[in-house]
Amino acid sequence: MKQVHIKVALVGNPNAGKSTLFNALTGLRQKTGNFPGVTVEKKSGTFRLSGSEGQPDTAVTVVDLPGTYSIYPKSKDETVVMDILANPKHPDYPDVVIIVADASNLQRNLLLFTEVSDLGVPSILALNMLDVASSMNLTVNAVQLAMQLNVPVIRINARTGEGISTLKEAVKQTLEKREKPALQYFYEPKGNEVELIEEVRELYHLDNDYVALQYVCQHDNFSFLEQPVRAKLDTLIEKYGFDENHFLASETVARYEKIKPIVSKSVKSQGITEQPYWTRKLDSILLHSVWGYVTFAFVLLVIFQAIFAWASYPMDMLDAVTAQTIEWTKEALPKGVLNDLITNGILAGIGGIIIFIPQIAILFALVSVLEESGYMARVMVIMDKLMRRFGLNGRSVVPLISGVACAVPAIMTTRSISSRYERLLTILVTPLMSCSARLPIYTILIALVVPSTKVFGFFNMQGLVLFGLYVLGLVGALGSAWLLSLFIPRKEPGYFMLEMPTYKWPRWGHVGFSMYESVKSFVLEAGKVIMAISIILWVLASYGPGDSMSNAEKRVISEMGTKPQEEIDVAVASARLENSYAGQFGHFIEPVIRPLGYDWKIGIALLASFAAREVFVGTMATIYSIGGDSEDVLTVKEKLLNEKNPDTGAAMFTPAVCYSLLMFYVFAMMCMSTIAVVYRETHGWKWPLIQLVYLMALAYASAFATYQLLS
Amino acid sequence: MNLNKERMSARTVCSLRKGEKGVIKSFTDRDMSLKLLEMGCLPGSEVRLDAIAPFGDPICINVGGCYSLSLRLNEAAVIELE
Repeated sequence: MKQVHIKVALVGNPNAGKSTLFNALTGLRQKTGNFPGVTVEKKSGTFRLSGSEGQPDTAVTVVDLPGTYSIYPKSKDETVVMDILANPKHPDYPDVVIIVADASNLQRNLLLFTEVSDLGVPSILALNMLDVASSMNLTVNAVQLAMQLNVPVIRINARTGEGISTLKEAVKQTLEKREKPALQYFYEPKGNEVELIEEVRELYHLDNDYVALQYVCQHDNFSFLEQPVRAKLDTLIEKYGFDENHFLASETVARYEKIKPIVSKSVKSQGITEQPYWTRKLDSILLHSVWGYVTFAFVLLVIFQAIFAWASYPMDMLDAVTAQTIEWTKEALPKGVLNDLITNGILAGIGGIIIFIPQIAILFALVSVLEESGYMARVMVIMDKLMRRFGLNGRSVVPLISGVACAVPAIMTTRSISSRYERLLTILVTPLMSCSARLPIYTILIALVVPSTKVFGFFNMQGLVLFGLYVLGLVGALGSAWLLSLFIPRKEPGYFMLEMPTYKWPRWGHVGFSMYESVKSFVLEAGKVIMAISIILWVLASYGPGDSMSNAEKRVISEMGTKPQEEIDVAVASARLENSYAGQFGHFIEPVIRPLGYDWKIGIALLASFAAREVFVGTMATIYSIGGDSEDVLTVKEKLLNEKNPDTGAAMFTPAVCYSLLMFYVFAMMCMSTIAVVYRETHGWKWPLIQLVYLMALAYASAFATYQLLS
Repeated sequence: MNLNKERMSARTVCSLRKGEKGVIKSFTDRDMSLKLLEMGCLPGSEVRLDAIAPFGDPICINVGGCYSLSLRLNEAAVIELE
């Protein structure tokens, strides 16, 4: 049967329940991507409206637009909303807009509604959080509201799914309405605004007064307007003596004048209006000058304990499964190059990826719980003053904590910091937060040199060292922000202003979904790189220039003469690796990394990990499985433990070398994707290059100092 | 000069004690006033100082009993009270 495709956009204040409604409408049929031309994350999903008798079904695409308080953007993300709603030619321009409103704060939520409605897009008001409103002694009369606003008003509970089917029905009815009712503007232009609008409308063939007005106010934010158009609009502003700042304030006041009587007719208060009891009670503890920080510190400690100690059980299992699979494959396949490629190249690479899934899943689940519950906003408040001392913003806490997962999405979340200066500093220091890609490296190296003993009967010693490394990353981030703020001039004052949502139980579906998404993107995005590098490394380590490898092999055999066959095999393998492309590469950079305590083998891994840090462990696995006894399948940790320093004969991975490597990875900017995202977000090579040089120097210096002190 | 003195002595949200209420009269900064208006701080609404973050800044105010807003002190100083 023929199908009709339509688009619906979700618009609403932050915390009004927009994302929850999005999930309720689309279920799991959603995907994330970017809005065309801009680097703002776009969440879209679909649902289906069954057609009335004889009519085809309608496939509805829902786009979740960034949360905003008005159509005048305060941050980079928010510019997307008007870029779409003011441009009917935009591929995401909706047929219907659903404005999600928090019923417990209707007056403010209706500001955005009246603005969007004036743009002339067919609108539906979804009245959410009625339960919160009623706990605040407020009752909202939706019928009265619909009459006053002249649009469908649907009572919903996005969390329980109540009213969702009615909302879908309303979308259908709005679409089926043959003729559009004449638009009643909530804002009536005053004075010479009328002539200005008239002229803009004629010039650009616009059929809506308010869109014309937005051409005047926001043309610099509109990606669809060419430079000559912008210049022309500037001359019009000049001609009419249009004062934008004055207009914005008076428009907003005029809108509230319209909204106030509507709200007083449709919202009735019974008793004193007050925020929910638990929100006030919890705030008195979580914002407390002592308990606030104690709680935050405890929350952080639990996170690190969880990703290190609790995740070790599933990780051990995955590790065993990988080792078993490699052994089994090795037996099952005929000996030869292909066998070697599959076991030591491909399977070793896959093993290096899946082993870290438990940690990433747990971390993302916990961060998601903190955001969902409303606690993250409190953390921003108690951290703002501290962050400001380093030139940052309370909002920098979210990128910094997300940086513990991955710097790439973390740097993208800085777009919510509306002060450009504080945003830049946050971008520059976020890669210092230890991301999950560093976790594998930390895990392996800590396991090598730190005993797994219990401290105070609960905290694992290895967990504490790991915690220490994360703290070091944080200290490095804050210290660097402070240092950079001394050199980068500040042009504008900072800005905080943050609405505090009421506390809510996390929706487990959301937590699960965000966990699933992060694991998926790790496996697909990072996994691809790890896989590719695993195979490239296997090639580089298995082949050498000319016949240098076979020459080395012959030389070793003739030197060793009558030694036992096993010893000869090990020596041959090691000599072959040393003369392969990879080995020569490692030797080439050895002089530079020798002062840090690294040999050429670590050098190979170091270089490979510039593509992505997690590659380090996979590379080590490849290098040492080739260099070691090929009959034994050992896990990476055991291989590293058995590795001997060829000069001294003692263990290669001494505490000095391990700690030096740990220091290097805490500070180094070893990630191509991060450099790319900083380039994109700062619009140029200046900042990513400054960041790269600065972080590499910091890493080298700390690793050097550590090795020299400990050895 | 006189006007300036009046400005200085005007009661703002910063001069509230914890738990104390006030009614918004006007804003002294145009840029900031638009942001505050859009976030629902309207002249005539009642505000209450609910919490002061550790180190005295930022503060949390309750606006009209409806919701809680956190502001830095320099942002709160823009809101004059009746």
